[in-house]
Amino acid sequence: MSPTTIPALSVSGLAMRYGEREALRDVSFEAGAGELVAVVGPNGAGKTTLLSILAGLQRPSAGSVSRAPDEVGWVPQQPALYAKLTVAENLALFARLERVADPDAAVDRMLEQTGLRERASDQLSRLSGGNRQRVNVAIGLLSRPPVLALDEPSTALDPGQRERLWSFIRDLAGEGTSVLFSTHDVAEVQRYAARALVLADGRLLFDGTPAEFLAAAGRERQSGDSGEDSAGVPGGGDFEDAFVSFLRARGER
Amino acid sequence: MIALLRKDILILRRSRLTVALLVLYPVAIALLIGLALSRGPAKPRVAVVNETTPGARVEVGGRSVDVSAYASQLFDQVEAVPTATRAQAVAKIQSGDVLAAVVIPHDIAARLSSDVSQAHLEVLYNGDALEQSLVQSSLNSALAQANLGFSEQIQRAAAQAIGLLLRGGNLGVLGAPPNLVGLGQIPALLRRVIAHQPPGPDREALERTLAFATFAAENLTLSKTVLQTISQPIAVETKLLHGRRTPLDTFAVVVAVAISEMFIGLLLAAGAVALEREEHVLGRLLRGAGSASGRARGVLVSRNALLAEKSLLSAVCAFAVAFAMLAGIGAFVSLDWSRVPLWLAALALAALAFAALGVSIGALAREVRAASLLAFLFSLPLAFLALVPSGSVGHGLYDAISAVSFVFPFKAALEALDAAVNQSSPGLPVSLVHLAALVALFGALARVGLRRLD
Repeated sequence: MSPTTIPALSVSGLAMRYGEREALRDVSFEAGAGELVAVVGPNGAGKTTLLSILAGLQRPSAGSVSRAPDEVGWVPQQPALYAKLTVAENLALFARLERVADPDAAVDRMLEQTGLRERASDQLSRLSGGNRQRVNVAIGLLSRPPVLALDEPSTALDPGQRERLWSFIRDLAGEGTSVLFSTHDVAEVQRYAARALVLADGRLLFDGTPAEFLAAAGRERQSGDSGEDSAGVPGGGDFEDAFVSFLRARGER
Repeated sequence: MIALLRKDILILRRSRLTVALLVLYPVAIALLIGLALSRGPAKPRVAVVNETTPGARVEVGGRSVDVSAYASQLFDQVEAVPTATRAQAVAKIQSGDVLAAVVIPHDIAARLSSDVSQAHLEVLYNGDALEQSLVQSSLNSALAQANLGFSEQIQRAAAQAIGLLLRGGNLGVLGAPPNLVGLGQIPALLRRVIAHQPPGPDREALERTLAFATFAAENLTLSKTVLQTISQPIAVETKLLHGRRTPLDTFAVVVAVAISEMFIGLLLAAGAVALEREEHVLGRLLRGAGSASGRARGVLVSRNALLAEKSLLSAVCAFAVAFAMLAGIGAFVSLDWSRVPLWLAALALAALAFAALGVSIGALAREVRAASLLAFLFSLPLAFLALVPSGSVGHGLYDAISAVSFVFPFKAALEALDAAVNQSSPGLPVSLVHLAALVALFGALARVGLRRLD
């Protein structure tokens, strides 16, 4: 985020403990309007915990978030939709529950935005995984939130569906919505994210652009192990290798 | 909450098979249970082998009884299947045609008539434990009645003989001298003789004989009363201490309706809450409720509103089906229609209590199938336990059963409905307060269960 822009989201000193286990430790960052921020890390890094705190699903043990839950659109990993209702009925239900001023107009807007107008009368159970995920995202956007949090949105989608979903999300960011998404797929970070937050064991290890991450990972690898094959790190450009090396250098697997 | 209610009704309308099963299954189960409770057990088939000669009679106390006629009366508590031989009876038991056989031996008449030797019946039976128990209790009851009948005959004969000994006259026994003096007459006769007897050893001997005769006559009179008591030592006198006697058929109606209401309320509420979790919607609906203070905005539905909506919807469905059932059965069974407002109160609170238990089960389960299974696992044993009558099990076990039944709504619902329909005890207000307390208890448990959003 540019230092002159006003942050759309500000997170300060966030911590989350489950008994003795610390899922998040002193995590702070900011996200600007229209910024596409990837939260990346290995399993158990604290990605879902971070996003669920932003969405208001969990109360943090410490720290603060600048936005109230109704200002953060929430898109859970698994589509949170009613299979027996149609696309339009799902959108209308959540528009009413979110007390959107004009629910019908909001449904119409989201059908247009998701490209699902022709499937509006189909029950969710008849939709493909990709289309369900689009409805899932659309529900997160019904109240036009300034921030959208997506938990591993492309999991279980085929490459075509994944491409269409990312195109949709990039359009959202282009319209000014701050988008935070968690992912395991480092290629997605490299392709779509403007910024990457690397989490491991609840700690924020890196906050910067994918290019900055590659550079940092390459520097560490070259200084730490000059005898090893350095192909794939800058300028090799293999983000996954860089990510693994980066974590390994910090004792993470 | 209205939007959520409309959504649930829409989903129910689109789940016609589930709704049909949810209504038809409990109604069918309830009717079967009601029928089973309102009808007595079927008579067990028992082969009867009468080895006595045709026309054999038993002479007891001067009365002559036909053995075959007596046997047919004796076995009217079972479905008697006349069988010629013991071997045929055994074959019938082994083939499952009959559950048991009773063999009346050829010498039974002679043994009974002898008054001194005991007669024996042979009982053969087969089948599982339940069938054996049914046959044994039926035969024991029949034999107890037969023994009582014979003992009454013997007691009457003995009393008649004692009467003759006391009164005197002709005993009617072959070889006995005619016009005998009765034991009761001897003291008066002796007193007259003694009055004319001078003092001396003969008079003293006569006075000792008078004392004995007086003592013997008094005790023989007493022995007639003792014999009557022995023939029927316990007489039964029944009194209903409180409440109103509930006819078995109207109690069966109450049981059937309570079971139906429980199944519908419980399953629907459990399924409705579990569906929110199964569809992963719970987090979306309730997010914000667990956030830091000052960030509670954004809650789409509060936990209380969600639970209230599911409970009300399930309770209304259960109430409607239960009332329709009660009114429908009322066309066939005599019910007091002037008590309809009390029926409604009992049905409404019972439905709410079942729904509250249902939402607490649904809040704990991860999916609809698990919630339905849990609801079944809870409801069937609870209904069974609530129907266990006091005295049918040991004190400690009954206390444990009562405690378990007390903290779940079925027994309270049954008592409320029984009080409303049959004016039974405890009264309706007590049961309604009990149900209201259970609504609060299970509502609170459900709220705790909904803390987990995933």
